[in-house]
Amino acid sequence: MSAQAELEIVSPGAFASIQDGGRRGHRRIGVPWAGVLDRRLMRIANALAGRDEDAPVIECFDGGLHLVAHGGAVKLAVAGDAAVEVEGADGRRALAPWRSVTLAEGEALRIRRMAGGRIAMVAVAGLFAPQVLGSASTYVRAGLGGADGCGRALAAGVRLALAEADASGSDRVLTPPPPADASPIRLVPGPQADHFSAAALQVLVGGDYRVTAEADRMGIRLEGARLEHAGAAEIVSDATVPGSIQVPGAGQPIVLLADAQTAGGYPKIATVITADLGRLAALRPGQSLRFATVTAAEGARIARAAEAETRALIAAIRPLPADGIDLVALYSGNLVDGVVHALGTEWRPLY
Amino acid sequence: MCPGSHASSPVSLRVLDAGDAALTIEFGSVIDPALLAAVNALDAAIARVRQAGALPGVIETMPTFRSLTVFFDPLATERDTLLAALQPLIDAAAHGIPVDGRHWRLPVCYEGEAAPDLAEVAGALGMSEAEVVALHSGTEYLVYMLGFLPGFPFMGDLPERLRLPRRSQPRVRVPAGSVAIATGLTAIYPWESPGGWHLLGRCPVPLFDARRAAPSLLAAGDKVRFTPVSTDECRALEAAVRSGQADPMQWLDASPTGANSTENAA
Repeated sequence: MSAQAELEIVSPGAFASIQDGGRRGHRRIGVPWAGVLDRRLMRIANALAGRDEDAPVIECFDGGLHLVAHGGAVKLAVAGDAAVEVEGADGRRALAPWRSVTLAEGEALRIRRMAGGRIAMVAVAGLFAPQVLGSASTYVRAGLGGADGCGRALAAGVRLALAEADASGSDRVLTPPPPADASPIRLVPGPQADHFSAAALQVLVGGDYRVTAEADRMGIRLEGARLEHAGAAEIVSDATVPGSIQVPGAGQPIVLLADAQTAGGYPKIATVITADLGRLAALRPGQSLRFATVTAAEGARIARAAEAETRALIAAIRPLPADGIDLVALYSGNLVDGVVHALGTEWRPLY
Repeated sequence: MCPGSHASSPVSLRVLDAGDAALTIEFGSVIDPALLAAVNALDAAIARVRQAGALPGVIETMPTFRSLTVFFDPLATERDTLLAALQPLIDAAAHGIPVDGRHWRLPVCYEGEAAPDLAEVAGALGMSEAEVVALHSGTEYLVYMLGFLPGFPFMGDLPERLRLPRRSQPRVRVPAGSVAIATGLTAIYPWESPGGWHLLGRCPVPLFDARRAAPSLLAAGDKVRFTPVSTDECRALEAAVRSGQADPMQWLDASPTGANSTENAA
């Protein structure tokens, strides 16, 4: 009987959970979509590891995730702005993110810290989790999804049994990595624009808002210029959507994310567009952001452009060359002015 | 868009964008059975046409007290195309009729630590705790909608004399099973969660089970009455629920009858 590979969670870091694209169709009974906070990162990680784009991944926050392979080789891939380290029999070596790696039995992978956004996705070949209401996504409050279907975040000591997966074949890399985007977070005004003073929307887009410590998978509380209500600071409860910006009486906005309640009684001044939710969710407490308005039609256009970008990124994934030169490490290393691969196609003569 | 010639109809229709991937069709701004009927009629109509293959790109709909939110995939459809397809359904829905659901009698313990706000509520309303319990358990409530948490029912209407605004300081942790009131509504928290309503009692009935085909025990349109039980009885029921020996259907009082029942809807 062949050994079954397992991935041990030595530490989940600040927080880690199994997520996929989310569970659709049950908001009417109070079940939010859950799912990854950034679909692009999930899809890239899965593509790097040779998985289906919507396959379950480990979504983690900040540094500290520590994984060890048992019972066989384990292939995984990290997507996100992470400083990654692999530890084996011959010591530790730094690894660039945005590539897959195959851990030999007993080898460990650590995410030391995250430089830019605080969210990374780790795709693991052979990772499976039972479907609950159509998805493996973890929703802790109601005990849905996750490794055993009971809705628990990943805890130290958990061992994930991996299905038989092809851990052979060259590793893959996305190079260059996706550029960072610090432009304003775009939002569509409403649906309760009429519950706010005429100036409130201008205030919302007119200055910085800071991410407070109360920021998690349910939502992000922001701190900044007060948003004035026109009349009552409550509405008859209606539906929330991911990206809804609720404003309770105190006038400070809360942006709702994947695990947020599906209905609410606070007026919503605006909704963050789908394409910008991932990078908003990746902001860490203390960081500031600015908002900018777009129409719903523009938001949809941006969503389509973002999808095209994601497909282009996935199409740009290449096998890591057998010569062992890790171009990503070279590109991202802090060398003089940069490094070019003289034999790369982008440097071929145009004629 | 004027829905029709019913001068007494409280419907004031608005279509609102909730970002780039959802539309909210709002029939009004208050809790009113006529508005709820319109919401549910539109919801049922959308379900019917989707089943027949129409409205590609729609992911799901969320019915609430007085609006229906339609979630769609902006990569699969355009907002204006979707709205044009919805318009005839919206026009028809403004004349919806209320549907009947199942009738439930749910046990509630109004004693001791199951009822942390009972004394305060009684004081604020100028009545005895026994009166509060009698008023709360003596009323039949309509389940207007579910939401907020899995299986969480928004029910109403509370008798006028029991109405209070939400607590000025919400609790960080409301125990699972808490029966609560605020404004004109009553609700049950199926899960531990933050909450700003006043807690009058504890209900041991599990309102959500992901293993069931219909995971939520209650549905919009159901009717609920509360039956006071003692602390000992409540504990016994909680134990039975924990050991898997309590069938929630034992608290079903009646199934809907007649052509307007939810079971007969498409």
